[in-house]
Amino acid sequence: MTILSTTMLLVLLVLTAAGAILIRDLISAVLVLGSYGFVLAITWALIGAVDVAFMEAVVGAGLSTVFFLITLFQTNALTDDVERQNPYPSWVGVLGLCLLGGILMSTASDLPSLGSPNSPPNVHISPTYLTQSLIDTNTPNVVASVLMDYRAFDTLIETAMIFSAGIAAALLLWRQNP
Amino acid sequence: MILPHDSLIVQTLTRTLLPIIQLFALYVLFFGQYGPGGGFVGGVIFGASLILSFLVFGANDTSQHILSRIAFQVDGLGLIIFAGVGGLCMIFAGQFLNYAAIPLPMLDTPDIRSLGIVFTQLGVAIDVAVTSISIVYSLSLPTNRSHSND
Repeated sequence: MTILSTTMLLVLLVLTAAGAILIRDLISAVLVLGSYGFVLAITWALIGAVDVAFMEAVVGAGLSTVFFLITLFQTNALTDDVERQNPYPSWVGVLGLCLLGGILMSTASDLPSLGSPNSPPNVHISPTYLTQSLIDTNTPNVVASVLMDYRAFDTLIETAMIFSAGIAAALLLWRQNP
Repeated sequence: MILPHDSLIVQTLTRTLLPIIQLFALYVLFFGQYGPGGGFVGGVIFGASLILSFLVFGANDTSQHILSRIAFQVDGLGLIIFAGVGGLCMIFAGQFLNYAAIPLPMLDTPDIRSLGIVFTQLGVAIDVAVTSISIVYSLSLPTNRSHSND
């Protein structure tokens, strides 16, 4: 991972995010949002979070784009010539965002560097997982063993959350029997 | 209402691609213990293959009727599998979701825990796939507004 490729990816990330907000045509905005998810997935794969990158490529770039597109085609957003309003941002918002960005940039140098062995998450419990995963659970992929064995209760609650999201979507949108 | 796609090329290509996508989804699901992937991603890919067939063959296709019925019937099956494996551990006097408590002969404790991971990932995959396709089915139901336009 060189500095050049990282910088190019981050610039592309900012450009696609800005494009998804600023483009007035709704379908183009949705497709640019999908490309934003794809660039984000590549960035995460370069950092080393392969599972997160896989998830982002499938959900962020694929599934959410399909959801948005079906919603656009089902509503009359395309035929009614609906255009998004882009009101000018208020001065308070611009100043507040600049201030927040300045604070974040000034504190970013205190963060531990990427992959540092002495950072707090890497000295607390990660070594236990990394060394014991194969012995305890016969699972070489530590992410899978942490998600499904060591922290299975968290994953159960996440699954329940996805299930309730699906039920809620079906109940809200089900006007009549199919 | 989603109508079938006009192009014969798209329909034929989808027929060819569907089994490959679903096989890849199963590979991602069961290879999640050895490489990137797992229940969430495998379930989403499997759901995406069903969404593809729904978008290409239309809502009036017979298989889509059957699929939508199945999707709305088995909505909680994945969660039941996941929580059922945890409850099975409690029946055999272990903690909730402590797979090592399940007594299986001829298997060591790490193998039992590995098997527990496989079954819970299967539950997660079913839950995610069913949720994604049921959201798409709900989104594409005929609304009152599109009805009045007909």
